[in-house]
Amino acid sequence: MRRSARETEDVARSLTRRTLMLGGGMAAMVAVLGVRMRYLQVDQADEFKLLAEENRINIRLIPPERGLIQDRNGKVIAGNEQNYRVVITREAAGDVDLVLRRLAGIIPITPEELERTIEEVKALRAFVPVTVAERLTWEDFSKVALNAPALPGVVPEVGLSRRYPLDTDFAHVVGYVGPVSEKDLEGLETPDPLLKIPKFQIGKIGVERWMEDTLRGRAGTKRIEVNSAGRVMRELERQEGDPGLDIRLTIDAEVQNFAQARLGEESAAAVVMDVTNGDVICIASSPSFDPNLFVRGISHTDYNLLMEDDHRPLANKTVSGAYPPGSTFKMVTALAALEAGVITADTRVSCPGFIEFGGRRFHCWKRAGHGTVSLQRSLSESCDVYYYDIAQKVGIDKIAEMGRRLGLGQRFDLPMSAVTEGIMPDKAWKMERHKQDWRIGDTINASIGQGYVLTSPLQLAVMTARIASGRAVSPRLVRMVNDQALPVPEAPPLGLTPEHLAAVQQGMYEVVNGERGTAKSSRIVDPTLVMAGKTGTSQVRNISAAERESGVISNDDLPWNRRDHALYVGYAPYDAPRYAISVVVEHGGGGSTAAAPIARDILLRALSDGMPALEAYPSSQRGRIETMLNELPLRDPVTGITPVRTRA
Amino acid sequence: MSFLEYRLKQVPTGFRKVLYMNWPLVVLVTAVASVGFLMLYSIAGGDFDQWARRQSQIFIVGMVLMFIVAMVPIWFWRSMAGLAYFVSFVLLLFVEFTGEIGMGAQRWIDIGPLRLQPSEMMKFTLVMLLAAYYDALDSKKTSRPLYVLIPVLLTVAPTVLVLMQPNLGTSILLLLAGGAVMFAAGVSLWYFGGVLALVGSVVVGVFTLRGTPWQFLHDYQYRRIDTFLDPTADPLGAGYNIIQAKIALGSGGWSGKGFMQGTQSRLNFLPEKHTDFIFTTLAEEFGFIGAFSLLGLYALIIGFCLMAAFQNRDRFSALLIVGVAANFFFYIAVNLSMVMGMAPVVGVPLPLLSYGGSAMLVLLVGFGLVQSAHVHRPR
Repeated sequence: MRRSARETEDVARSLTRRTLMLGGGMAAMVAVLGVRMRYLQVDQADEFKLLAEENRINIRLIPPERGLIQDRNGKVIAGNEQNYRVVITREAAGDVDLVLRRLAGIIPITPEELERTIEEVKALRAFVPVTVAERLTWEDFSKVALNAPALPGVVPEVGLSRRYPLDTDFAHVVGYVGPVSEKDLEGLETPDPLLKIPKFQIGKIGVERWMEDTLRGRAGTKRIEVNSAGRVMRELERQEGDPGLDIRLTIDAEVQNFAQARLGEESAAAVVMDVTNGDVICIASSPSFDPNLFVRGISHTDYNLLMEDDHRPLANKTVSGAYPPGSTFKMVTALAALEAGVITADTRVSCPGFIEFGGRRFHCWKRAGHGTVSLQRSLSESCDVYYYDIAQKVGIDKIAEMGRRLGLGQRFDLPMSAVTEGIMPDKAWKMERHKQDWRIGDTINASIGQGYVLTSPLQLAVMTARIASGRAVSPRLVRMVNDQALPVPEAPPLGLTPEHLAAVQQGMYEVVNGERGTAKSSRIVDPTLVMAGKTGTSQVRNISAAERESGVISNDDLPWNRRDHALYVGYAPYDAPRYAISVVVEHGGGGSTAAAPIARDILLRALSDGMPALEAYPSSQRGRIETMLNELPLRDPVTGITPVRTRA
Repeated sequence: MSFLEYRLKQVPTGFRKVLYMNWPLVVLVTAVASVGFLMLYSIAGGDFDQWARRQSQIFIVGMVLMFIVAMVPIWFWRSMAGLAYFVSFVLLLFVEFTGEIGMGAQRWIDIGPLRLQPSEMMKFTLVMLLAAYYDALDSKKTSRPLYVLIPVLLTVAPTVLVLMQPNLGTSILLLLAGGAVMFAAGVSLWYFGGVLALVGSVVVGVFTLRGTPWQFLHDYQYRRIDTFLDPTADPLGAGYNIIQAKIALGSGGWSGKGFMQGTQSRLNFLPEKHTDFIFTTLAEEFGFIGAFSLLGLYALIIGFCLMAAFQNRDRFSALLIVGVAANFFFYIAVNLSMVMGMAPVVGVPLPLLSYGGSAMLVLLVGFGLVQSAHVHRPR
């Protein structure tokens, strides 16, 4: 098309103008981009540099090795074993289902486990390793390593996991470890970063829990460079942590094993304490359970079995069980009366078989009565009326005060779970707890360790140790930390008049060694190991007047859980006390028949280097005792294996 | 002045034409492309074969094409404008129905080893056709509604096709390129004002109609907008790209972490680091100095183009050059705005740097047209 020159000039000028405008716009935009660049790269550079560094560098924790728990001689109760496990990372695996199915063909994995792992892998971020199987045998473990090319994303790992070689013997004392739960983190202001490691195990109960801080150690750290998927590219720096400290308990593992075996299938507890320094030599609760089950993650079936057992294997009866002490409490009442001056060692009380207060009749266990009873006889024959009589003269507050002095109604600071305080009732306690006035009947019941009085086997052992030594010994469970012996605090004297103590001790001697002592059949004949003690039989039901009329139903005719608790406390040797013991057999019947023989065996075991010598037993019993001792399912000290015995 | 009035003796002929090419432009383009090879080498972790080899091969092919296109007289290209547009349009229709499915969008046609993106071709054929249109149109009629409507339709038709692929980034670039040519051709500013007002109301519409059956954009496009507006809301999901890109840029600082030292890209924190986000690696490794220098190189390329347009008294040539330059500029502006967090992530490559064959080829052919216009300009 032809255009005039003028027109062409105009059009060209217009184009130039518009192009200049466009160019100007572009220049402005370039300027904006430049300014933005400057802002990001110069003004904000420091901030972004930090972010890039945070992107790149990850700090990973190195879990420290958990401290060992040993018995007083260094035998390992809780140790760490190598744990061969297999983990999978989704990012590296690609097709998780396929890889895991292949893996299941190599090592034993149940379909449910497989399902659970697949779900877990898919729920977590792609680079988070998930444990597929743990505690593999070395063979399975090497199979996985061998097949690595066919198993992308699967990594065999070696870790440490807790193991309790003495399994059932220490389940209640040492407890077990388990993965950190929400509850564990509650109330911690600044939780140890270790706790946030997935599946990190901490003490759940027992010494494992209460000495967690000592055992755990301090985490090391490693700075690693990661890529965007979180995969570790290389390690930049490593700082080792501190392993947890070893703990040595006061317990003798062999005595503990003996006690545990001797208690057998009974629902029972036994505590042996060193009278001189408070060392707990054995603290057995039966039946027990295998703490290793909990470390591995206990199955529902196993857990339900433990929960439904009426002998309550999970309960630590030694410190958590609160029982009416029954006649084992009589020493407290006697000492309170002696100190109050209500009686002397020679005071005599007449026992017609009952006593009447405020229109109510309180019976002695012996319907016919004991006749005229001295303090010594009141203990050795366990006369109730004697104590009914002196208790109402002394008053509950003084008895309670004596009980507390001897270690009842208080919580001892042991690194164990659910340590009970028990109940040492007095007037103020009842007013506060039940909003009721204390009544004379309450004092009478309390005088023989019934009614409101509740004690744990541990407290009874402490009480016995204090009576035996005259000093306020306190129990202790930890002997050494990190090979450093802990100081033994000097036990202060109880402040009891020696004559009073001697009178009560004499009474306890008569219980075991006297002609009519309730525990006479459990005496020790070795003159260097003579035992003193006190039996107790505590009711767990009320005996109605009607039943009393028609004759008290014997324990053998009652269902197990209605039978009396059998108790026994004692110490030996009598003239130079070394160990105090308390034994409680739940619903065991009489203290003299069910508890005292057990106590004698365990005490003798604690006092001997090995098994109790038969010479310590009355000659008439030796044959029976020998058979019994031989049949005890004791752990082989070398192999650690406990023989399985079928129950008779 | 039309090409019919050229005094042919003043136009170089034969291989002498090479001497009359705009050599600064050739050098600048080669320089920028070389920076691209360097970055691709670095991103691959010091591996030339992964991306850089193919990219440099395509660049060489592209340069050859550029020279060939430059040697052919511009009036030939002018006469081809309609056909080129038609072919691009048909190809665009073709991918719409049969194209390879990639990245959730149908964008490619496989021609032998090459993946052809008709939408890339369309950017330059549209510019050609519009330039030819305004060359032929009586300048008095430029702003008449009917004659405004024709180029608008020529621009909008392929834009709609590209948007349906869906490829928001390229459709925006098409609109901008068409608009730039119309702007340069002298269409009344009132139209542009009107369009801006319309765009404003569409933006409002996009947001108010969201979630209703009449929503304009795909959900993923809405998410990109959300992410742009607040990248920190979803740092590991949709906002990840922008946050990580900004971290890479910012952590480069004044002088950068050094060649092959970029932790963000080397450790894979950067998404699409070899394609749309390649600038972040450059900025991380060479810092503000490097990034700003690249911006300078780009500005120089555009500057030389515009200079060439000013020198060229042929209306088709001038409009074509402006169109190619504007296209080139919009690529850069949208890409850089995107990686620097000033615009939503729309998937626009950085010209000459981003890994990708067809964009590079088409761009170099575009520069070939610029060269042809420059060589064959009336003197």
